[in-house]
Amino acid sequence: MGKVLPLGGNYAVAYAVKACKPEVITAYPISPQTTIVERLSEFVANGELDAEFLHVESEHSALSVAIGAAAAGARSYSATCSQGLALMNELLYIMAYVRLPMALTIVARALSAPINIWNDHSDFMSVNDSGWIMMMSSSNQEAYDEILLAYRIAEDPRVLLPVITAMDGYIQSHVVEPVEIVDDEEALSFAPKRRSWVTLNPDKPVTMGPVGDPNWYFEFKRQLWEAMKGSRAVFDEAVAEFAKKFGRSYSAIETYRLDDAEVAIVGMGSFMGTIKAYVDRARKDGIKVGALRVKLFRPFPAEDVAKALSNVKLVGVMDRALVPGSPTGGFLHSDVACSIKQAGLDVRTLGYIAGLGGRLLTMDNVRQMVDVLLKYKDSKEVPKEPIFIGVRE
Amino acid sequence: MSLPGWKQLPIGVVILNPGNSVEYKTGEWRTLRPEIDQEKCIRCRTCWTFCPEGAILEVSEPYKTKAGREFKLTYKVNYEHCKGCGICSNECPAKAIAMVEEVI
Repeated sequence: MGKVLPLGGNYAVAYAVKACKPEVITAYPISPQTTIVERLSEFVANGELDAEFLHVESEHSALSVAIGAAAAGARSYSATCSQGLALMNELLYIMAYVRLPMALTIVARALSAPINIWNDHSDFMSVNDSGWIMMMSSSNQEAYDEILLAYRIAEDPRVLLPVITAMDGYIQSHVVEPVEIVDDEEALSFAPKRRSWVTLNPDKPVTMGPVGDPNWYFEFKRQLWEAMKGSRAVFDEAVAEFAKKFGRSYSAIETYRLDDAEVAIVGMGSFMGTIKAYVDRARKDGIKVGALRVKLFRPFPAEDVAKALSNVKLVGVMDRALVPGSPTGGFLHSDVACSIKQAGLDVRTLGYIAGLGGRLLTMDNVRQMVDVLLKYKDSKEVPKEPIFIGVRE
Repeated sequence: MSLPGWKQLPIGVVILNPGNSVEYKTGEWRTLRPEIDQEKCIRCRTCWTFCPEGAILEVSEPYKTKAGREFKLTYKVNYEHCKGCGICSNECPAKAIAMVEEVI
C-alpha cells in the first residue's frame, strides 16, 4: 500500500509522471492543464525528477520535441487541452504513424468559438482518428493510474503507439480527492522502460518519417489498423497485472446495474459518478435503469459495449462534444450504435448532447435523460436527432 | 516490380537501410531531359556544382573536339535520377546543355 495524498487531478497526474521517470518533458501552459507541467517543473527543479524540462514556444513545438525525444529513445511526456491540442494536431498523426510511444494528458476542455476554458470533451473527441490509444478517467485516482498504464501499453513492442490519458478539466483537474501514490520502483517495475522501438542512432542510422508516395503510404495505414486492434489485448493484460500489483481494477468499460436494466445511459468521464448516483435513486423508485462508462475510447471496445447492452431495450448515449451534421451528433453515440448494429442486436439508441462548454450538469439533467428513455422504451420510433440537455430554447 | 506488403515492412515509417535513396528512380518525374553538347562543353564543372540531385556525372573519359581541343574529362547525366529541373542548362556559361522534351 502506497501513500495516500489529497490531490487535484493535475497534481495526481504529475505525481504519476514523476514515478514513471520520463527523460524529456515538454511544457506549454494552457488552462486547465497548466498545473500538471508546473508541478513537474518543480519536481525537476528540486531534484526529485531527473528529466530534461523544455519550455517550448507552442504546443506544436511541445509535441514536435516529444517526437524527437521519443525518436532518440527517450520516455517523453507532455500535457495539453483545447486550442493547444488543436495546435498539436498535425504532429499527433506523425507520432502515431512513426509508431513512437509517449503519454500525453488531455485535461478535457471546450474548443473555441466562443472562447471557453471550461470542461467538455470537444478536444478529446476531435483527435479520435489520429491513431493514438485514448482513455478517459472518471476519478483522480484513475487519472493517476492511467499514466502507469499508458507507459506500459505504449512501449510494449506489440503495440508501439502513443497514448492519450484524459480527464475532465476543473471537475477533476482542480478538485482534490484522496489519491494513493505508488513508489517509483513499483511504478517502474509495472511500466519498465522498454526502449523497444527503432531509434535514431549514429552507429546504426535509419531514416524516420520519409515521403510515402502512393506506392508506400497505404501500407503504413494498414499497419496501424492492426497495431491499434492488437493493443486491446495488451490493455487487458496491463489492467489485469495492475489489479494484481496495486489492487485497483479497471476495464475497457465500466458497467453499473445493467444486468436487469430496461434502459441504460452510456457516457464517459467524471459525470458518470452523478449518473450512477441517479441510477441508485431511480432504482429505489422501481425504474430499471443502468449505466455504462466507456473508459477506453480507442481502440473502441465494441464487443464489450454490445454485450453489456444486449438485454437493454433502449440506450441513451451522452456525448459531451457535438459533431454537427453527423447522423447522431456525437462520436460516442455513433460508435455505440455501430457496435450494437455489428453485433446484430435489436437494441435501439438515442443520443444526448450535454454539458458543452462547462454548462453545469446536475442530477436533474440525468432525470431528464432517463425520462426520455422511459417515454420511448416501448415505442417503435425513437428520436434520430440528438436531444440537447440543458440548453436554453 | 513487386513491392513488399504491410506485414513485410518495418514497424512505423522507418527506413532501416541507410543510403537507399539511390534506389528511388526520380528520373521518372522528368518531362525535359538535359542533353550536353560535348563540342560546346568547356568542362568548367558548373553544372556538376549546381545540380541539386548530384545527377551530373564527371567521368574520366577523354574527348577531343572537332577543333582539336582535348579534354581528359567528360560530363554526363545520370538519367535515372535527373528530375529535369533545368538548373544545369540555366547555369551553363557555354550554353552547352539543351533541355529536350521527353517523348514516351
